[in-house]
Amino acid sequence: MPPMPDQAGLYRQMYRIRRFEQTVLDAFPKGVFYGTTHTYIGQEANATGVLAHLGADDIVFSNHRCHGHFIAYGGDLRALFAELMGKATGVCGGLGGSQHLHWRNFYSNGVLGSTAPVAVGSALAEKAKDSQALAVIFLGDGALGEGVVYESLNIAALWGAPVLFVVENNHIAQTTPIELALAGDIPARFAAFGIPCSRLDSSDALEIHAAAEAEFAALRATPGPRALVLDTQRFGPHSKGDDTRDEALMARIRQQRDPLRLLAPRLADTQRETIEAEVEAEVAAAFAQAEADPFPEAAA
Amino acid sequence: MSTVLAALNRGLHAAFEQDQRVYLIGEDLLDPYGGAFKVSQGLSTKYPDRVWTSPVSEAALAGVAAGMALRGLRPVVEIMFGDFSTLIADQLINSIAKFGAMYGGDVAVPLVVRTPMGGRRGYGPTHSQTLEKLYLGVPGLRVLAAHALSDPGELLRRAILEDDGPVFFVENKLLYLRPLAAELQDFEIEQHTPPGAYAATHTLRLKGAPSAALTLTAYGYMAELAREAQLRLAFEHEIFCELVVPGQLAPLLPGGELDGALAASLEKSRRLLAVEEGSYTLGWGAEVLARAAQAFPGGLKAASRLAAPDAPIPASRPLEEAALPGVEHILAAVQKMV
Repeated sequence: MPPMPDQAGLYRQMYRIRRFEQTVLDAFPKGVFYGTTHTYIGQEANATGVLAHLGADDIVFSNHRCHGHFIAYGGDLRALFAELMGKATGVCGGLGGSQHLHWRNFYSNGVLGSTAPVAVGSALAEKAKDSQALAVIFLGDGALGEGVVYESLNIAALWGAPVLFVVENNHIAQTTPIELALAGDIPARFAAFGIPCSRLDSSDALEIHAAAEAEFAALRATPGPRALVLDTQRFGPHSKGDDTRDEALMARIRQQRDPLRLLAPRLADTQRETIEAEVEAEVAAAFAQAEADPFPEAAA
Repeated sequence: MSTVLAALNRGLHAAFEQDQRVYLIGEDLLDPYGGAFKVSQGLSTKYPDRVWTSPVSEAALAGVAAGMALRGLRPVVEIMFGDFSTLIADQLINSIAKFGAMYGGDVAVPLVVRTPMGGRRGYGPTHSQTLEKLYLGVPGLRVLAAHALSDPGELLRRAILEDDGPVFFVENKLLYLRPLAAELQDFEIEQHTPPGAYAATHTLRLKGAPSAALTLTAYGYMAELAREAQLRLAFEHEIFCELVVPGQLAPLLPGGELDGALAASLEKSRRLLAVEEGSYTLGWGAEVLARAAQAFPGGLKAASRLAAPDAPIPASRPLEEAALPGVEHILAAVQKMV
């Protein structure tokens, strides 16, 4: 049996993502941020459970909803706030904004599905260099409408790319429910290319952690593409104020599928409260620092 | 005698030999076929681990190359026909050309997309186009056009090995079998490399000719036709022209500045004819004329351009010949301008 995951660590990471995203949504109307945002509230267990298994040299590709992935990867909260504010201290110096992050081996891009071949190419490059590094790519159910994803699955399978495709199926693409966008089922898409695929319908960080652990172990043992479909729920709007779903349904989902609420009973109350207080302070400090940071200067 | 095709093939072989990080991906690359136009011949035999023949998936190929480049390799992508470059447009514009700047400047994407463009082979509307104008205004993307005046294989080798940014490398199909730097004995050739570029602009004037009455500018295979027109204008009509042939089509100089070689030629001739095989509206020549107009606020004596009509390229030989600008079109246009 593998050792039990660090439950307190998982809780802390998810709470950091939650509080970061809530801060973004709360502060956006005040004009602190510029542009747009896509928050990860409700899906925190996915990034946290999956990226807990990442090796130092492994590569992560993310999408428009990238803040949670970035934070779980180890990204700095102040730099992420600053990037959303367009500050010089931002992750990409304010050039990328919310959807376009790069730090160490983490890359995100806002064009759905466009990252699939780039992730496959990165994995193939690492394989060619014999570095043992893997690539992990997060895709949403919405990206499954893009043709280049299927070209990429085909090539990944043909050329044995060491890549884990993580599909976060939150059942909605912007405002379009999955029933209006996706024919057939998701694992069958991977099966068609001979890519092993497992599926988990859970918001429990421990279950997701265990599922991802098995995927990483298999990928490291037998390099070649694999897929993990995580059925999940997006609690908030696609962006800021564009949620068209029924509020009663959303309340029920938030009640039943909250990763924090699911993990909290496994921690002692005092431990949980300490973590929460520490994270509150950390997020508040990061936000204040980013707010005080300078804007980049435009070239003359 | 060497050809442009042989030179490009030598350039690829040299790049593979000199740097283990060079990979080639594309369709139908394996020997004995060696790519649809044979530019890649011999590579799969000599470097089987670094030549990846692929499914028909252009968009993914470009993206795979982008990922390889991000992770320190120097991939070359062969797109079989330039017409299919539309399939990689998203990867080119939203990923490959963007990564360097949008990630804050600490990421390099050293990759080369090679592709044949152009008509005059009867391949019809979807296999004959000259589409590079679609990529000329994409920030972060260098567009180079092979020509027969100097070694395009060396230019390709440098693009692969020395350029840390992405390059869209255009090879006109009719150039492939042209002899390399042949029949240039009548010309005096000056080379000028624009700031930030490594592909020289070539200025051709006939030896012993009087001061030029007009400046022709063209790139790629069209430069070959323009050179033929330049000779005939001199010998048959006593009209003397200079021909300016850029190797780099994009980026152009910042602030709308005109290429130095072109400016120097126009300083003397004050007449400009830009000729291209792509379609007329919003073409390369339009940008060249706009820049010339800004560079000469007092005005030029004449400025015009030739291009293909804004219509699909017909498959039928006489229709295709009539549509694409040729030597006779250039002769007629120049005679109207001087």
